[in-house]
Amino acid sequence: MKQVFSRPQSLKDVQTHFCPGCNHGTVHRLVAEAMDEFGIRGETIGVASVGCSVFLYSYFDVDVIEAPHGRAPAVATGAKRARPDRIVFTYQGDGDLAAIGTSEIIHAANRGEAITVIFVNNTTYGMTGGQMAPTTMVGQKTSTSPYGRDQHKDGYPIRMAELLAQLEGVGFSARVAVNSPKNVLQAKKMIKTAFRYQVEHKGFSFIEALSACPTNWGMNPLAANERVGSEMIPYFPLGVYRNTANM
Amino acid sequence: MSEKLFVKGNEAVAMAAIEAGCRYYFGYPITPQSDIPEYLSRELPRLGGEFIQAESEIASINMLLGASATGVRCMTSSSGPGISLKQEGISYMAGSELPGVIVDIMRQGPGLGGIDASQADYFQATRGGGHGGYRIIVLAPNSVQEMYDLTMLAFDLSDIYRIPAMVLADSVIGQMKESITANPRPAVVVPEKTWAVRGRAEEAPQNVVKSLKLGDGEMEAFHWALHARYQELGEKESRWEEYLTDDAELIVTAFGSTSRIARTSVEAARNAGFKVGLLRPITLFPFPKQAYAALSRKCKRFLVMELSTGQMVDDVHLSVARDVEVGFYGRPPGAGSLPTPEELFEQIEKAYNN
Repeated sequence: MKQVFSRPQSLKDVQTHFCPGCNHGTVHRLVAEAMDEFGIRGETIGVASVGCSVFLYSYFDVDVIEAPHGRAPAVATGAKRARPDRIVFTYQGDGDLAAIGTSEIIHAANRGEAITVIFVNNTTYGMTGGQMAPTTMVGQKTSTSPYGRDQHKDGYPIRMAELLAQLEGVGFSARVAVNSPKNVLQAKKMIKTAFRYQVEHKGFSFIEALSACPTNWGMNPLAANERVGSEMIPYFPLGVYRNTANM
Repeated sequence: MSEKLFVKGNEAVAMAAIEAGCRYYFGYPITPQSDIPEYLSRELPRLGGEFIQAESEIASINMLLGASATGVRCMTSSSGPGISLKQEGISYMAGSELPGVIVDIMRQGPGLGGIDASQADYFQATRGGGHGGYRIIVLAPNSVQEMYDLTMLAFDLSDIYRIPAMVLADSVIGQMKESITANPRPAVVVPEKTWAVRGRAEEAPQNVVKSLKLGDGEMEAFHWALHARYQELGEKESRWEEYLTDDAELIVTAFGSTSRIARTSVEAARNAGFKVGLLRPITLFPFPKQAYAALSRKCKRFLVMELSTGQMVDDVHLSVARDVEVGFYGRPPGAGSLPTPEELFEQIEKAYNN
């Protein structure tokens, strides 16, 4: 009998701590599949960030460095410069990458560090209990924007994939979602392209993955998944924003 | 072969780092330490290494964390305001048991302060500096030769004990030129870095470098293990220099640049017939308590001199016998506040005749 579906070898055979309906598990799986297909598990160094993504080392069967909040691109820079023959990726949430770590991501991208950044945008701080993030939608109620995000006081949600695409050092920047089978397949293709970019072109690649956070959005998984399509994608359009190698 | 050179203290640090096998440097410009990144930006690429001028001190310490996690020798350097920014990363390195060398060429503070010599970052350096309760190894050179020798030692101690190590000097030691012997790297055996993150080869266990410890009792056990390592450091690695202490009736004690001035004053005091000696700690953490304890059993008067309102004096109080009288003379950092040998001689004379 032919086996058509199994756990990627780059993922451990363990349960995750992610909430029902959270998309971290799906994004983890897509990253692991990309690693399997390139056969790079044994030469990959992951850099975990602070937040729901901190347990990267519990789920991925690769060597991992845990970075301080927001600093994963700087930690990855140090690791990649010291071991240029290794594949280095960071996995960061929106509070981590787009707030406290804005400086580190912009300058790592601008230097064109040969790393891959997986950025999960769920419009909130997940681990700390649903506070307002730089990506929180205008009007969205969170535990620290109880009256809804007010763009006049809190600013606007930041579009990181587009922002980084402006930098000459960036090789590949794209935004994906995993809210439908079609988008999952497209996300898989983009994540593979991002890793291929690092392997073949020694440049900086960036994937922003839109994700649901049912727990902190106060929604059931189906409604949360629906929100990704109805509210997030119109403001955070999917697509490739920079692709210098035309991959 | 040992080469004789005439160089600045900061240059000696950079040369010693290369001799010690450091090929990765991450830093940010700040006076009075910029000679170090300037030297290494020129030399490291020639040696196949990497020099990065980071976007901030925060980024540079985290680059150090990332490079160190892969098992290579690496270094960063800065001064007061920059060292404050690095404390986050130093705490994470301590929590992740990562080696790495941090050079602090002290300037004045608080805040932007000024660029003249200061020893007011003694507490920040010797008490860990960041959050969570940890210590780092702190070495205090008082000459350009020691800038060279102690930088190499910092790499070895940091690798052996898996504790970040700091070379703590100030703008006097960093900026002055002296002749030195560029000794070859000492033959020290450091343990293999089996914990390093290099990409998990087949059959090899997964290596994870992290400071998050959530397991029942895990963090408490970690703290006690660190504590034991600090004790071991104190017993095995405490270093100090004694000068004319054998028959001394007054022990002057100072570190770094102040110890150079104090030594001249101690010599003047000896010429004046005073039985005065100098005790100079070379390691500030571990603080050489044993040297203070031993001397304080026979000499009952100590005089501490610092470029601050008094920080090391606390450690002296904690280290000497109870019946010892500990005096203090300090000049807080500030333009024109560097004491002269005559000024320190007057203080010695006063304490001696008291």
